[in-house]
Amino acid sequence: MTDTAVNTAPAMTVSDEVAISIQGMNKWYGQFHVLRDIDLTVYRGERIVICGPSGSGKSTMIRCINALEEHQEGKITVDGTVLSSDLKNIDKIRSEVGMCFQHFNLFPHLTILENCTLAPIWVRKIPKKEAIETAMHFLEKVKIPDQANKYPGQLSGGQQQRVAIARSLCMRPKIMLFDEPTSALDPEMIKEVLDTMIQLAEEGMTMLCVTHEMGFAQAVANRVIFMDQGQIVEQNEPKAFFNNPQSERTKLFLSQILGH
Amino acid sequence: MEFQPFVRTRMLDAKPAPVTSVGPAGWIRRNLFDGPLNAAMTLVMAFVIFLLLSHLLPWVFLSVWHAESLAECREIIDQRYGTGHSGACWAVIHERFFQLVYGFYPPELYWRPNLTFILMLGALAPILFTQLPRKMMVFSALFPFLGAWLLWGGSVWQPVLVLAGFGIGFAAWTALAKVNGILAIAAGLILPVLWWVFAMEPVVNGLHAVIPLGLEPVDSTQFGGFMVSVVIGVTAITLSLPLGIMLALGRQTDLFIVRTVSIGFIEFIRGVPLITLLFVASTLLNYFMPPGTNFDLIVRVIIMATLFSAAYIAEVIRGGLAALPKGQYEAADSLGLDYWQAQRLIIMPQALKIAIPGIVSTFIGLFKDTTLVSIIGILDPIGLSNAIRADSAWQGIYWELFAFIGFVFFIFCFSMSRYSMYLERKLNTGHR
Repeated sequence: MTDTAVNTAPAMTVSDEVAISIQGMNKWYGQFHVLRDIDLTVYRGERIVICGPSGSGKSTMIRCINALEEHQEGKITVDGTVLSSDLKNIDKIRSEVGMCFQHFNLFPHLTILENCTLAPIWVRKIPKKEAIETAMHFLEKVKIPDQANKYPGQLSGGQQQRVAIARSLCMRPKIMLFDEPTSALDPEMIKEVLDTMIQLAEEGMTMLCVTHEMGFAQAVANRVIFMDQGQIVEQNEPKAFFNNPQSERTKLFLSQILGH
Repeated sequence: MEFQPFVRTRMLDAKPAPVTSVGPAGWIRRNLFDGPLNAAMTLVMAFVIFLLLSHLLPWVFLSVWHAESLAECREIIDQRYGTGHSGACWAVIHERFFQLVYGFYPPELYWRPNLTFILMLGALAPILFTQLPRKMMVFSALFPFLGAWLLWGGSVWQPVLVLAGFGIGFAAWTALAKVNGILAIAAGLILPVLWWVFAMEPVVNGLHAVIPLGLEPVDSTQFGGFMVSVVIGVTAITLSLPLGIMLALGRQTDLFIVRTVSIGFIEFIRGVPLITLLFVASTLLNYFMPPGTNFDLIVRVIIMATLFSAAYIAEVIRGGLAALPKGQYEAADSLGLDYWQAQRLIIMPQALKIAIPGIVSTFIGLFKDTTLVSIIGILDPIGLSNAIRADSAWQGIYWELFAFIGFVFFIFCFSMSRYSMYLERKLNTGHR
């Protein structure tokens, strides 16, 4: 880990417009209090990296934003829509928020192209021809247009994750959530996925990313959030976060992941 | 330690593998004579197979195809092959062939079940082979009504107005969908049933009086033989798959009442023997029907067989659903697909693929279980074999009839098994 990455952060703008606002969110699994009084406001164009030890609730938090997990208390507003238990409301938010998973979760029975066109055709009701054009555009962007007619099982992990990113982008989301996108990848393939994500950040996408790639955090994030025991322990801009952590817990965590 | 320095000056040509490792000789060596124990077992089994075939083959092939009775058969065998020989009397199959296929269906109307069978193959083709044009599915959807009309005959208005019932349900649903979702579904389900049970009969009679188009009616009691097995088997198989899918989804849903009803239904049906359900169909079911309705026995049996196999299908599909990674649901959800879209496009195609062997096993079991209807007096092939034996000419003939019935069932069941293997291979895109 070098400090030079900090200075290479591209000049990306953050607007004053609120993309996501989370107020007083609490979540329990049975009696277990997993998320405690989460307050977070994400502005349009922000690149937020969320880190923390396993079990700290970071994945659960971003999964609450598109209602893959339900929260019991608090108010989540995504792109002006208040998240409620109404299914139509949830589907509307989900179609505006893209998500990439640790294990890619591509649909193995469909080709790469079909993976990318399925949701635009069925959710956005876009004509098939147009959906294919959009899909090819984004597949080119993630640099795998030549694999369009293969099945996910024939691709490497890194390629699969890039397809997953393209699949989300085909829905033209306003916000992207990444849930440990590189944790299941071989070291050689992490870079190609991170490059794709950096490219996305440079284009101004609002991103929330749960990751342990601190180099990525230093390169593109405008804010780093550290979570522990279901709470936001510290948040700061990357430079200050890495060079001058305030809480003892953060210092311990950073010394452990950066210590080798 | 010393070694000789070595440089190869001439590359070696490829030599053929030794005869003992490839080809038939190699195969025999590897599979049959791989060590003394295997060699001994091979020899013992070869002797057992020889014994079986030396008795079976003469019985099957040194046999009689033309005779009027079992006694005549035995006379011919004694004359032709000597008194010690025991040969099959296939004459019973030859003489009663049409009965075994059609039961007591009027012989001058055999073209109707024949035509129905051919049309059935046409209706099944686009369902079984996805490379055929999708428009053929329209015929597949209409075939049940056409086929039932061809088999049972009667006024042409009967199937048309049964179809109209679906139209009524759909119209009621679309009309009320904007007012209230639950009301629309209720109306879409209840109105057609009311139409079929109460209103349809007089309308059919009225229309038939004005335009008397129709086929000569054939009563269910005249149905029999393999025809009845295929009618019950194919209908119950096609109906039980969608019902089984709904039950499997019902068992997984968060909706408490739907889940409870699904679990209760599945556990009840699986806890009761099929014979019991068939007896319920033949005797008790009429008590629960509105007075005056006369429900056809074969239709009642089809309903019971469908419910029975649907419960098993539901459990097989639940296994397929459980085998799917949770991530597939999450990916579908995160793309904004609603519940039914996710089920139809993502979950079911994969869950059904995993469940194919189990589903086909259930279907094969169901098809073979159709022979149980002989117990409630329907003359399926087994029922007919009893009826044929009741004739004094064929008294005491068992093996030939059962062998023939078994052979025909084997052809059907083996085809299903082969089809399922074809389907599994075709759908294998996972490359895992």
